[in-house]
Parts: sequence; structure tokens; C-alpha cells
Amino acid sequence: MITLATRAGSTPKRVLPGFGLSLGISLMFISLVLLLPLTGLFGQLAGLSLAEYWEIITEGRVVASYMVTIGAAAVAALVNGAFGLLLAWVLVRYEFPGKRLLDALMDLPFALPTAVAGITLATLYSSNGWMGRLLEPLGFQVAYTWVGIALAMSFTSIPFVVRTVQPVLEDLPHEVDEAALTLGASDGTAFRRVILPHLWPALVTGTGLAFVRSLGEFGAIIFIAGNMPYETEITALMIFVKLQEYDYVGASAIASVVLFVSLALLLVINIWQGRFIKRLHGGAG
Amino acid sequence: MHLLSTVRRTALAVALGVSLATPALAAEREILNSSYDIARELFSAINPEFRDWWQAEQGEEIAIQQSHGGSSAQARAILQGLRADVVTYNQVTDVQVLADAGLVAGDWQELLPNNASPYYSTTAFLVRKDNPKGIESWDDLVREDVRMVFPNPKTSGNGRYTYLAAWGFAQQHFDGDEEQIHDFMRTFLRNVAVFDTGGRGATTTFIERGIGDVLISFESEVNNIRGEYGRDDYEVIVPPVSILAEFPVAVVEPNAERNGTQDLAQAYVEYLYSEEAQRMLAGFNYRVHHEAVVEEFADQFPETDLLRVEDIVGSWEQAMDEHFAGGALLDQLQRRR
Repeated sequence: MITLATRAGSTPKRVLPGFGLSLGISLMFISLVLLLPLTGLFGQLAGLSLAEYWEIITEGRVVASYMVTIGAAAVAALVNGAFGLLLAWVLVRYEFPGKRLLDALMDLPFALPTAVAGITLATLYSSNGWMGRLLEPLGFQVAYTWVGIALAMSFTSIPFVVRTVQPVLEDLPHEVDEAALTLGASDGTAFRRVILPHLWPALVTGTGLAFVRSLGEFGAIIFIAGNMPYETEITALMIFVKLQEYDYVGASAIASVVLFVSLALLLVINIWQGRFIKRLHGGAG
Repeated sequence: MHLLSTVRRTALAVALGVSLATPALAAEREILNSSYDIARELFSAINPEFRDWWQAEQGEEIAIQQSHGGSSAQARAILQGLRADVVTYNQVTDVQVLADAGLVAGDWQELLPNNASPYYSTTAFLVRKDNPKGIESWDDLVREDVRMVFPNPKTSGNGRYTYLAAWGFAQQHFDGDEEQIHDFMRTFLRNVAVFDTGGRGATTTFIERGIGDVLISFESEVNNIRGEYGRDDYEVIVPPVSILAEFPVAVVEPNAERNGTQDLAQAYVEYLYSEEAQRMLAGFNYRVHHEAVVEEFADQFPETDLLRVEDIVGSWEQAMDEHFAGGALLDQLQRRR
């Protein structure tokens, strides 16, 4: 008791060493692991004039690859947004045998080398694979088409949605929607007016992360994409092609476009999230 | 307590000392061979033979490490500091890149026989059982009903050979008429079902996924595939006109010098020309130069007109600039209309 009293007023004791040291080490780590490689990337670009840069990043085939990548990533993110929410809901709100297993399974795409995922998906969905054999007679080709790209992207990015929504849902007690229902709200209204507003920031963040993750995905996609020019070539492949040509600068230029788009999107999500939370809590935050 | 920690500390010190001393005791020299993707099995077979040969000749115990990957990626790794002693690639340009950087002698192609290529191959077709589409040569590949698989020329030396072989054929066929050659190549490229990034990927697509009517790859590779996946299910077609694919080797001099392995590296690349190595190469379906071995394996390699890259497009450098660079002919021919 006495020690507590004497400590009152001074800074509280922390488990990790002082703020200066902690922050210093954190910053050094970020610099070495994150900022240094990024600086290197931009260093590669230093030799380019703006016109040359523009020419590289607007080359017809590269632009076509943006379309393919962004389109497929958007579809993958939206699909994951819907199904990721459902998965998180089931995992948080229900008890059933095998729940722990399902929960663990969610992280698998993080752990699995993406190339393995790509090869597995291609095997499954090509015309002689288990799924492909069923789908193709219906006129629905997945492997070596745009659909295959979106499929591979949803596979690798699903954990982002589930793992962002899940904790928020866990914090939201059952009683909240039960109260809404007791007050006469229909199921739909309760979900829309009571639950969704709380989940919204997490859901959008998760979906956004899934989208950004999909933009850079390479390993899982090239095996299932078919890689046909203008049709199923992704931007990451364009970067790979440039590297094969020993064109480091060109590769960095295209990579920087992906980086900028991702960065901008993450920034927008963060700002929006801040505003949203403020509004949700009546400007108290 | 005190005694225990002293014991532990001593044990640690001993362990450290031993681990530091070990490499010095077994002063075994080691060379690293940086090679292309599909040569893993080949060099796994050749390396022990070379090791035994060197042991018999020089009485020295040596070790050989292998590193495999896309040939260009391998060269890039060396440019960025991988200390490989020798390179054995499937494309002249990848060694030339090293020569341009001063890592390989400028005149490397003159240092060893046959343009420093101990073995060669050509581009051939693998078709399904009984050749249902009746594919015999390059002009069968531009038919409406034929779909083919070969790796992307943008990412694969193998794919570049295929592209240039088709180009060389069209040059002969249309007597150099540029417009007709371009039309031919456009149709040729449109008939590709899947563009994998490397040779093995294309093989998987054709064999495991059942995509396409014909797989185009090195003759050595398609023969090896046929051996592996069933002689009855596939047939190898060597077209009457194809391309000479050289497999250049070189010593990475600054690295060998630093590693103190110059003599070893030099002996290694020269060994590839020896009769026993050439026999092993032929066993892996590569064409070789050693006369006795050539005779021995004569019926394995059908005679065909092999065009040189230099005769088709002038030089590899020109091929890269005029055909494969961003926005060059390949891009133009593939442009969506």
C-alpha cells in the first residue's frame, strides 16, 4: 500500500523498458525492415525522368494488367467481405463441434505458401480437375480465366476480413441485438441498425486489406491465370517480366504504382475509420 | 549452483570452440554451380562422377553445390553477389550479362569448344497419344483447331527459343516476306492456351491439367517427360526445321578467385566435354559433340535442320532488343486488336 502511495503522481511502472528506449528500438526496426527497402525501391526510380516513368507505367500491356488486377481484386474483396462477415459471425455467435478447427483453418492462407495454393486451385479447377470437370460442361471455366484470378485472390485474402471483424463482433455482446429484438425490431432491422454500424469500420478495413493484399499477390495467381497478354496478365507478372529482362528500374516503376494505390487506399480507410468512429460515439472520441 | 554454472559455461565455450574449429579442420574445397531450372537431375548425376574423377586425378576430396532456378534469375543472383564459381545456363544472354558486368571473361565463348556449349538441344513438340491432330511441323500449329502450351518468352529462355524457332520457320516458309511472317506469328501466338512462366510450369499445364494439343519445349525436356509420364501416352515430334539451342557454360572468375577454386572450376567446365560426361548428357536427351557418343546415340536424335539464332535474328542482343523488350515485336504481335 505504501509503495503504491509513493508512486502516485509519478509515471506508472511499465513492463518493458522506458519510453525512449522502446520507441527508439521500434523506430530502428521499422527503418531497417520497412523504410530501407522502400527507400531502395524509390532509389531505383531516381534514374528516371518523369516522362520515362509515365511511359513505363502507361504502356498498353501494363495498363491492361492494372484493369485485370484491380477488377479481380475488387471482386475478391467484395466476395470476401460478404462471406468473411458470415464466417466471423458463425465463429463468434455459435457453438458447434469442430468450431476450433474452423477457427484455426481461417489462418491457413497466411501460413500456406501461396504458390502451393495456386497450384492446388489450378489442379482443382482445370478441365480435368474435381471442380473443373463439373463446372466446364455448364460452360463455366475457372482455371486460366479471369475468374480463376479472382478465386486465387479470395483464397489468399479471406483471413483479413475474418480476423478484422471477429474481435469486434466478440466485443459486441449478445444482449445488444437481444435488446433490439425485445423492443420490437425485426431480425433484419436489428442487424442493419444495431449490429452492422458497429461492425462497419472493421468490415470495411478488412475488405480494404483483402483488396490491397490481392493487388500484390503473385504466387497463387500465375499458376491459375493462364497469363495471356491483355486478358489474364496481372500487374505482379508485369513486374516479374521486367526483372527477367534485367530492367530493375521498369520493375520498380510498376511496383511503385501498386504501392501508391495500396498506400492511398489504406490512408483513406484509416481517415474514414477515424471519422466514422467519431460519429458513432457522438464526437466523444 | 555456482559449480553448475561454471560447468555450463565451460561446456558452452568448448562447444563454441569446436564449432568454430570444425570447418578449418576439414578444409574441403567446394564449388557452386549455378544452373537453370530443369538441370537439377542432370547435374545431380554428373557431379558425383566429377568428384570421383577429381579424387582419382588429384587425390583431393571436394564438394559441389548446386543452385537451380530460372536462368535469368540465377544470373541476377550472381550479379547481386551470389558467389557461384561456375554457371551452366540454357541461354547465351544470361552468361553475356555476367560478362558485361565483368564477372565472366569477355571472350568466354572462345574459351571452350563449340561456343562454350558442351551440349545443345533443339525445340521439339510433345503431342498426345497417336498424335490426334496430326502435328508434324510449325505450320500445323497455326491451324484453327490447335491449341498449344509453351512458356512465356518474356519470362523464359525456353519460350524465347520456341518463339525464335517459329520465326525462323516462317522466314524460310514465306521467303522473308515480313508481312506474312508477322501474320503467321500473330496466329501462332494466338493459339497459345496458357502462358506459364517457365518450362516446368508449361509441362504441368500440358500433362497434369490436360490443356492443349501440343507442348513445345526443349527436345531434351519433352523426351524426359515422355520417359517419366508414359511412353504410350505421348509422342515426341521433332519438326523438320527447328532451332539450335546452346547451353553455355563459364567460370565466374572473380568468384572462383575469391573462393580459391579457379583450377577446380576450370576443370569442372572442361569435364563436361569429356566422353563420360557427354554420355551422361546424351542419357538426359541432350545432343552432344563427342563423336563416339554421337554415334552411340544416333537413333535417339532425329536429323533436323537446326537454325542458329544468329541466322534468324542476327544475334541474341538483337533478338532481345527487337523482339522481347517491352513494346518490341512480341508485344506488338500480341496486341489485342
